[in-house]
Amino acid sequence: MQFDIVDLSLIDYEKAWELQKNRFRQIKEHIMPSALFLCRHHPVITSGRNAKIESLLASREKLDASGIKIYEIERGGDLTYHGPGQLTAYPIFDLNCFKKDIHFFLRALEDIIISSLGANGIKAEAIPRLTGAWVDDKKIASIGITVKNWITLHGLSINIRKDDMQNFKLIKPCGLNIEMTCAEDILKKTIDIEAVKQKVISGFLRVFKK
Amino acid sequence: MTKVILPELGQGIEKAVVSFWYFKEGEKVNEKDDLVELSTDKATFNLPSPCSGRLTQIIIHEGDNAEPGDLLGMIEEN
Repeated sequence: MQFDIVDLSLIDYEKAWELQKNRFRQIKEHIMPSALFLCRHHPVITSGRNAKIESLLASREKLDASGIKIYEIERGGDLTYHGPGQLTAYPIFDLNCFKKDIHFFLRALEDIIISSLGANGIKAEAIPRLTGAWVDDKKIASIGITVKNWITLHGLSINIRKDDMQNFKLIKPCGLNIEMTCAEDILKKTIDIEAVKQKVISGFLRVFKK
Repeated sequence: MTKVILPELGQGIEKAVVSFWYFKEGEKVNEKDDLVELSTDKATFNLPSPCSGRLTQIIIHEGDNAEPGDLLGMIEEN
C-alpha cells in the first residue's frame, strides 16, 4: 500500500484532527493516497466513544486554568492525554487496499510500537485484551482508532519525555486503574523523540508498504 | 427490503457494541451514508448504508451487543 509520510511537528490537536478528516475525505474520493501523520500535541485530553464520567479526575475549572481542552472524538477507547512529550502517529490508511481486518490493524500498531521502543533499548510488550504497549505492567503507549468505509483515523501515541507525564494524573487513563510510564523514566536519560519517530516510520513501512 | 448485517470485523473480534445510529427509524438514507457505528474496546467502526431508501426498523439498539452476521436493521429500498 502506498502512503504519504507527513511530519506535522508540534501542532494543536484540533488542527491535526482537521487534517486527518480532510485526508480521510480525499482518500474516500480517490483524490489522495493514504497518509501517515506524525506529530506532537500541546497538552490536551481526548475522550473516546467508551469514555466514562468518572475517568476524568480533575475539575473542569482546573483544566480551564491549565489551558487543557477536552475533545470528544469518535475513536474507540476512554480518556487519554496527549502532550508535547509524546510521539503521536495517525495512520489514515485505506484498508480496502490492504487488509480489511481491524484486529490485524490494532495488532500491527502494537507491533510497530514495540519494535520502535526495542530499537531504542526498551523492552515493551503487548498484553492480550489490553490494547497498547506495556513495560513492567505500566503503560507506555496507547492506541485508539476509528474505521469508516475501511479507512482508518486516529492511531497511537508513545510516551517518551517525562516533562508532562504528571498530566496523566488529571484522568484515569483508558478508564483503567493503571500507572503510565515513559521512555525517559525507563532509561533514566534524555531521549530524542526524532530517533523514536524514525523507527516508527520504519515500522509502518515494514508492515504496510507491501 | 434490504438487511443491514454486521460484517466480519477481523479475526478475534467476536462482538461489538452498537454505539450510534446516524438515522432514526423512518428517515431516508442514501447508499454509502454512515448508517451505524459499532465499538470494540479500542476501535469504532462505521457501517455504511448498503442502499438508498428508508430505514424502516432498527433491530439492535444503541448500547446493545452485536456479533458478525447479526441483523442490525432493515431498509426499504427506493
